[in-house]
Amino acid sequence: MFIDFIYDLRRNKVPVGLQEAVALARALALGLHESSLEGFYFVARSILVHRESHLDAFDVAFAAHFRGIAIEAKKIHAEILEWLRNARPGQELTEEERALLKALDLEEVERLLEERLRDQKERHDGGNRWIGTGGTSPFGRAGANPGGVRLGASSGGRSAVKTADARAYQGYRSDLVLDLRQIELALRKLRAFSREGTFDELDLEGTIDRTAQNGGELEVVTRPPRRPNTRVILMMDVGGSMDPYAQTMSQLFSAAKRSTHWKELRIYYFHNCVYGAVYPTEEFRDPVKITDLVADCGPHYKLVLVGDALMAPWELLGAPSYGESEKGAAGVAWLLYLREHFERSVWLNPEPPSVWAGSTVETIGGIFPMFELTLDGLSEAIGELMRGSLRR
Amino acid sequence: MSTFLRFRGTERYLTNEALEASVNSALALERPLLVRGEPGTGKTLLAEAIAEALPARLISWNVKSTTRAQDGLYVYDTVQRLYDSRFGDGDIRDIRRYIKLGPLGQAISAGERTVLLIDEIDKADLEFPNDLLHELDRMHFSITETGDDITAKQRPMVIITSNNEKELPDAFLRRCVFHFIDFPDREFMKRVVEVHHPGLDDGLVEQTLQAFFDLRNMRGLRKRPSTSELIDWIAVLKKAGVGSVKLDQALPFLGTLLKKEQDVVAYADRLSGGRKYRS
Repeated sequence: MFIDFIYDLRRNKVPVGLQEAVALARALALGLHESSLEGFYFVARSILVHRESHLDAFDVAFAAHFRGIAIEAKKIHAEILEWLRNARPGQELTEEERALLKALDLEEVERLLEERLRDQKERHDGGNRWIGTGGTSPFGRAGANPGGVRLGASSGGRSAVKTADARAYQGYRSDLVLDLRQIELALRKLRAFSREGTFDELDLEGTIDRTAQNGGELEVVTRPPRRPNTRVILMMDVGGSMDPYAQTMSQLFSAAKRSTHWKELRIYYFHNCVYGAVYPTEEFRDPVKITDLVADCGPHYKLVLVGDALMAPWELLGAPSYGESEKGAAGVAWLLYLREHFERSVWLNPEPPSVWAGSTVETIGGIFPMFELTLDGLSEAIGELMRGSLRR
Repeated sequence: MSTFLRFRGTERYLTNEALEASVNSALALERPLLVRGEPGTGKTLLAEAIAEALPARLISWNVKSTTRAQDGLYVYDTVQRLYDSRFGDGDIRDIRRYIKLGPLGQAISAGERTVLLIDEIDKADLEFPNDLLHELDRMHFSITETGDDITAKQRPMVIITSNNEKELPDAFLRRCVFHFIDFPDREFMKRVVEVHHPGLDDGLVEQTLQAFFDLRNMRGLRKRPSTSELIDWIAVLKKAGVGSVKLDQALPFLGTLLKKEQDVVAYADRLSGGRKYRS
């Protein structure tokens, strides 16, 4: 059954559920896959995957799940099948050799297997590296490796696993790269409209209603036009450890600048951590005091901080004097102050979450909801910013 | 086992296994087929090909930024009725005269199987797909003004195209069979050219394909040429009687392939830079 495969997909972050599983079962019952693994690959892909950014994850899961099963499929390369049937008897190993081989744990073995499968193209018997029969390599049949993986063979030719292995859709993964247009589209979600201002737009529906109620005498109804109502403050960390991300940052900057659906956008810069002031230019001139900024901007502004949040602990917990920052308060105090003031705020981090633990990143992540600066992360961050009710 | 028709492409529309599997899944499961892919990969043509293969009548709904879901079902022309009540001569008591069915409404009330193409759904507002969920699921709608309930006798085959401009909502995606049209590789492209320009000189086919894929692989192009542009280009070459294309010289009728001024400049730069001369 394909139920295990569904869970494999979910582990690979392809959102599939009951609805997809039932649809796939129906498709299989109708014989759409024409009883081949190849056909199953295409039918399953069209039903289980809903966007091209998940195609690659699907391919990865499919290849991993069906690699061993390929041998049971009907289209098997005869020669390889023959070879595996007539496996050479395995060799006896000494105790030391066994102990040495045991050293490979399962994860390691799986990883190596992936690699070898990619590299190996031909039959191989004996030996200790390639996938084959009768050897001490961890992979193959009738081998002597106690930690090994027993496997079938690639079905040769144009198998579905091979199609999946080709990973043609790697470029469409959304958790990897951000390009300008994608950022713009993501930011477009960060909008809200309200009707404000003078009554200078014709309300057609209203006019018709009133005219009808008036017994056919025309009565014109007007209303204020719909205007974007989101105000955003963007604070960006520049210099130092942020230099490798300059490209990403400038893309985010241009996308934010080009977004026309906000009522107001303020962009400020800081270095390392926000202290008493932020700067409207990258040259760190004309500082704007945080206290002034907070007095000026109500809590309904959406605050977006971008930075790697990585610094020496004293830079966060102490009060270093960069520029004209106010002495006395520590960086962390300023961050808490901002967090308290604004109803919605997020921190975008260009570094992957795998390196967040155990540094100042973790501390700052405890203050602001932190998201990775990828398309997925950005969407989540915007979801956080747009949530209706207060978190506190 | 199965009684539905299996789609295998048409004479003018070439498919591959993946696309056929998607179309047949959509046909068998009676779900909308969502087609995405680069512009010019034949998303819209697919609907025409399916309509031709079934065969069934094709109803097209070209979505614009101002399109609302309700427009697809029906429009109650109140302004016309109001106008008629004062100045007109028609029978204004018959509301049905002022109900105009939209494309989705037509497809549902058709009485026979139709193919409904919802073209470029991503152009509409973010909420647009959500507003369609119920109607696409049930193939049923009510006209509140007259109290009429309309249910499809035969579920229309719905084909939805999208250009990736906007993310579509999950609830909507879950109900669709999805297909992503890859950009054709060279071999497939050759077959496409053969279908559109049968009997073209082999040498010219090779040269144009080479020039085309060179252009597509060029770095820094704002808009890369697509399949339809290649077909057009070859048509122009044929009309003008050009028998061969020299790859190391400026391509004739470049305007059919490159549509942006910056791209034309970038191309000229590369040509002159690489060959040490300026035109």
